[in-house]
Amino acid sequence: MAAHRCGLSLVCILIFSSLAHPSSCDTLEKANDNTAEKRSISEVNTDGSVAGEALNERQWQSTDAEVDRSDSTTHSEALTPAAARDEFQEELVIRPLHSGDIYASFQFRTLWDTDFLQEGQKVSHYRLFPKSLGQVLSKFSVRELHISFTQGFWRTMQWGQPFIPSPPGAELWVWFHDTVSDVDGNWKELTNVLSGIFCASLNFIDLTNTVQPSASFKPLGLGNATDHRFLRYATLPREIVCTENLTPWKKLLPCGSKAGLAVLMKSEKLFHSSFHSQAVHIRPICQDEQCSSKAWELRQTLNVVFDLHTSGQGKKEWSLFKMFSRTLTEACPLASSSKVYVDITDNPEGELFELSPATPLLGQAVVLGDRRTYSVYDLSRAETFGQLRSFNLLLRWKGDSGDMLRPLLHAERYVAGFGLQTGEIHTVIYNNHPYRAFPVLLMDSVPWYLQLYIHTLTVTSKSRDNKPSYIHYQPAKDRHRPHLLEMLIQLPPHSMTEVTVQFERALLKWTEYTPDPNHGFYVGSSVVSALVPSMVAMRTNFTQDQPLFSSFVPVKEESSYFVRVYTEPLLVNLPTPDFSMPYNVICLTCTVVAVGYGSFYNLLTRTFQVDEPSPPLSKRLANLIRRMRGVPLLT
Amino acid sequence: MGLLSDPNRRKALTGLLTRLNTPICIVCYLAGIVWFMGLAFEPFTLRTYMSENAMGSTMVEERFSSGERALSLAKEFDAHKRKAGGMPVEWLVKAMQSRGLEVFTQSFSRKLPFPDENKERYMVRGTNVYGILRAPRAPRTEALVITAPCSPGNTNNQAVALLLALAQYFRNQIYWAKDIIFLVNEHDLIGTQAWLEGYHHTNITGMEYSPLQGRAGSIQAALSLELSSDVITSLDLVLEGLNGQLPNLDLANLFYAFCQKLGVLCTIQGKLQRNDWDTAEGYTHAAQTMMLMVLKQACGRSWGDHGLFLRYHIEAASVRGINSFRHYKTDATTIGRLLEGMVRKLNNLLERLHQSYFFYLLPSLSRFVSIGYYMPAFGLLAVILLLRVSFPGLCHCFSVSLQPSSPGVLTVLTPVVISHLTGVALYLLPVHLQEMAVEHFPVSETEAVVLTAIAIYTAGLALPHNTQRLLSGEGTEQGWKVLKLTALLYLAVLLGCTALINFSLGFILAVTLVPITASITPHMPKALYAVVMVLLSPAFTILYCVFIYQELIEAPVSVSEGWMLFLSVISQGILDHALYGSLVYPLLALFIYPCWLMFWNILFWN
Repeated sequence: MAAHRCGLSLVCILIFSSLAHPSSCDTLEKANDNTAEKRSISEVNTDGSVAGEALNERQWQSTDAEVDRSDSTTHSEALTPAAARDEFQEELVIRPLHSGDIYASFQFRTLWDTDFLQEGQKVSHYRLFPKSLGQVLSKFSVRELHISFTQGFWRTMQWGQPFIPSPPGAELWVWFHDTVSDVDGNWKELTNVLSGIFCASLNFIDLTNTVQPSASFKPLGLGNATDHRFLRYATLPREIVCTENLTPWKKLLPCGSKAGLAVLMKSEKLFHSSFHSQAVHIRPICQDEQCSSKAWELRQTLNVVFDLHTSGQGKKEWSLFKMFSRTLTEACPLASSSKVYVDITDNPEGELFELSPATPLLGQAVVLGDRRTYSVYDLSRAETFGQLRSFNLLLRWKGDSGDMLRPLLHAERYVAGFGLQTGEIHTVIYNNHPYRAFPVLLMDSVPWYLQLYIHTLTVTSKSRDNKPSYIHYQPAKDRHRPHLLEMLIQLPPHSMTEVTVQFERALLKWTEYTPDPNHGFYVGSSVVSALVPSMVAMRTNFTQDQPLFSSFVPVKEESSYFVRVYTEPLLVNLPTPDFSMPYNVICLTCTVVAVGYGSFYNLLTRTFQVDEPSPPLSKRLANLIRRMRGVPLLT
Repeated sequence: MGLLSDPNRRKALTGLLTRLNTPICIVCYLAGIVWFMGLAFEPFTLRTYMSENAMGSTMVEERFSSGERALSLAKEFDAHKRKAGGMPVEWLVKAMQSRGLEVFTQSFSRKLPFPDENKERYMVRGTNVYGILRAPRAPRTEALVITAPCSPGNTNNQAVALLLALAQYFRNQIYWAKDIIFLVNEHDLIGTQAWLEGYHHTNITGMEYSPLQGRAGSIQAALSLELSSDVITSLDLVLEGLNGQLPNLDLANLFYAFCQKLGVLCTIQGKLQRNDWDTAEGYTHAAQTMMLMVLKQACGRSWGDHGLFLRYHIEAASVRGINSFRHYKTDATTIGRLLEGMVRKLNNLLERLHQSYFFYLLPSLSRFVSIGYYMPAFGLLAVILLLRVSFPGLCHCFSVSLQPSSPGVLTVLTPVVISHLTGVALYLLPVHLQEMAVEHFPVSETEAVVLTAIAIYTAGLALPHNTQRLLSGEGTEQGWKVLKLTALLYLAVLLGCTALINFSLGFILAVTLVPITASITPHMPKALYAVVMVLLSPAFTILYCVFIYQELIEAPVSVSEGWMLFLSVISQGILDHALYGSLVYPLLALFIYPCWLMFWNILFWN
């Protein structure tokens, strides 16, 4: 494999350089693109509804005005204090899924205008940005922090791609500043602090489940860090997410759950769903296109999928009230923008579902390689709330829709074999693109107690050996560090690629078993990262008015977009002693000790003597007489 | 331990064992049998109890109510099954999809080594349909399986329909923590085997199948449902699986608890429970139930779809509806509730079922005999073999025979090797020679296989004479003693290992093999002892088991019918080995039979 390493870096850099830099854009291009965008929107509108065109025009005008306003603040920035440029945006995207389920994604973005790159500068002024996180950032010299808590598994085959993917359980990856000398120490402390902030068991992250991926996780914000010594990645697939994690997460919002979209977050409804994921992403970004000033960006996302079957009494109907048992009455007063988007791409004529109240505002965004159309509800406008001063979006399904378009990239994983000695991990990656091949990076982090036989690693596509062009393998050390396996695999078009590796289950020391050893041991999701060929041209420029959900991952090329797919975690049974039989164990040991020790002790301490048969009576009498006479005795 | 370190007492003990060897052996044998029969006596057994905390304290409330809908669905399914002339795959896929499951199919094909005349199949080609109910907010790591075989004719329609009705009801509940897989398999065990092999991506029996598209993590437990009538009198629980493996006793306890709760008559081995343990009838009843379990377990085949799951460390049981001519009837809604309750309890499991016993015998559903209680019965039989080894003459000559110049090793080695070669022939030839046999004799393939097996078995009886020809000199007195010593130790090890894995098989073999093997010498009246030996050989043991089994299930057969059954049991045993990997046939052919032949050799030693 070493031979392949020579060619690896080029491919890797090609793929991930696009992720590494947020684009530094120039104004001219942006302006052009904006007009082009506007034109395309108005075209769509003429196709869709002619009547709404004027209103749409007005909407886009007003967005421009907003941009202008922000420009004007830029000009006056020299005079006002830096805190004035802190900003908060909130949005909710609702996407009706073909299965009848509904996907609701909240995104909250807080910008903190502070110069984070200056070392030793103590920042003590917090306006919108939560102080608890700000202090963590400066204390541990964090460059970028991504943490997600997920309950459930994202069903790619039915739901398509999520806006921001996350694996089941907790996931944490952090880039530290390259000035940090003791990364492991910082990491350890950081996980403990975060564990307190989010009321989660992140303190279970230690060296045995932390890895340093060499290529799969590149910084999403500013900076071109490629030295993975400053990266730490860990997952806790067992972590159970519940209300106790939601409450601290909500407290990070400027409005808390008092106003704005966050009032919808009633935990009894959010956890009455098929999928729940909440995340916090902190990264440095450019404040404007020129990148003249930088800012911290805090993105809080919450994704929920509501299940039609468990919550609809036979009626295929969704409303904000039904989903969240609340309606919206106002935007968060601190928010510069507060919007609700409903994905109506599959419903251009209203034949699939009916949306009320109808909105004249339409928006378009290129998300995950697809151009989507949205109905936009601006909560900062009074007319959105209507006469009743309350906004309750109602979505009524009309007909059954066909199958979902198969996602271009899809992966799954399972353990093959039976018995408690060996097994085989199968990772299956599907490329559903009809004619394009593309490379993916597969990252697997396997705990040390599954001893991988790396010589059995096979990668097959279309029943042919598919040699990975890059393999980075770091073997595990028992009780110290997990296996890390990263591979760059080229997926042929319309194919299924299977990666298999055999393992042996280790016999743990008896104190190393969890309190429920017969439940099994978890192996975290493997991560497939790829630049997937896009159906439409992606927008590579950096604009302010893009909806939040479409602007998380920076786009470098027009022809492809970045996707990360997580597979299922695995539950593996290890050979387990019968802990439920202490009584038997005690009995057995006592018996063994008693029998073994007793007989040995007896044999070792006893003095053996030859037992002389007692002499006959006559001889004894004779000896008696001889003793009296003083002559030698008979023997 | 003074007893052993004191040379005098040791000598006395050895003397006692030597002098009273035969009486002690006889006492041990009788004690073993009596102990075993005593296991069915209620005061000697333990009452079953739920060990698993997660399933114990909280009773769930069952709300399933669409039993009627299930019955109408059964009619619909029946109509589609007739129309499709087999499994209505498309209809099932649609039915499952409309209930909100993720549906997948798996096609498989298998060519049997020879035609199965009981089920009339040779080239098997079929499709499994399964739907996965994804548990909300669960990461696809754990699953439960409910399976219903799609049988030919109009049997088992209600099971499939109830499965669908349950799927519909379960889909609307929020409390699932594990994914639930609803599997409808074709060609009963072959389909289950194909699905399980596909799910675990193994191939141990040479099955051809298409890979599975959807999975749901590690399967924690499985229930198989067999139901052929709209109302039932009682539900029968089937536990015996492949190679005599049993599911965790908690699964049986769970079933029993819900039968009690819902007032459903429940049986095991088709026998109701009786309360009059102190009467002779009560005891006989319990003993019959236990004997049935022992016989079923000993034959090592899977007595329902559940049996194949056990290999994969999945606790599984079959629930079979029985409709007899009693007045007491249970409707489909109640059965649905019972299953709902069981599945919900299994859903509550935090760990795999492991708290209760894996080795047990059930004289009734509410009583069990654990391994600690039944093992002494076998131990008493096995100790006879060891006592015979300690017979003075034997020990001495073994030490003599180990000296290199002695002719003993060769004299022992030859019969051992030849017996085992016969065993290998018995194992390999019947299946491989069937074509030749069919060409030369007017028999079907199945008959050819069975008759070849019997022929080889009988031919093995002529071995002693052939062995003698190979030997250079006369068989010495010392020679047979060494052979007997080897054979006794060999048999003791064989039976001991068998009994640890499959107690029933080990015990039955010990009961028939131990008395004759312990007493055999060349100095006995040959004709009489030859007859006795043959009557107690492994093949005749199978024959007796067939008759006893028929007697116990209250369907006694005549001798000729019994013979036919015997033939079909042999063919089924060979098929089970080829199709599902049952180990009873290779065990008998490769080990037990050669071992028995060694004793046969001793009888004809000259």
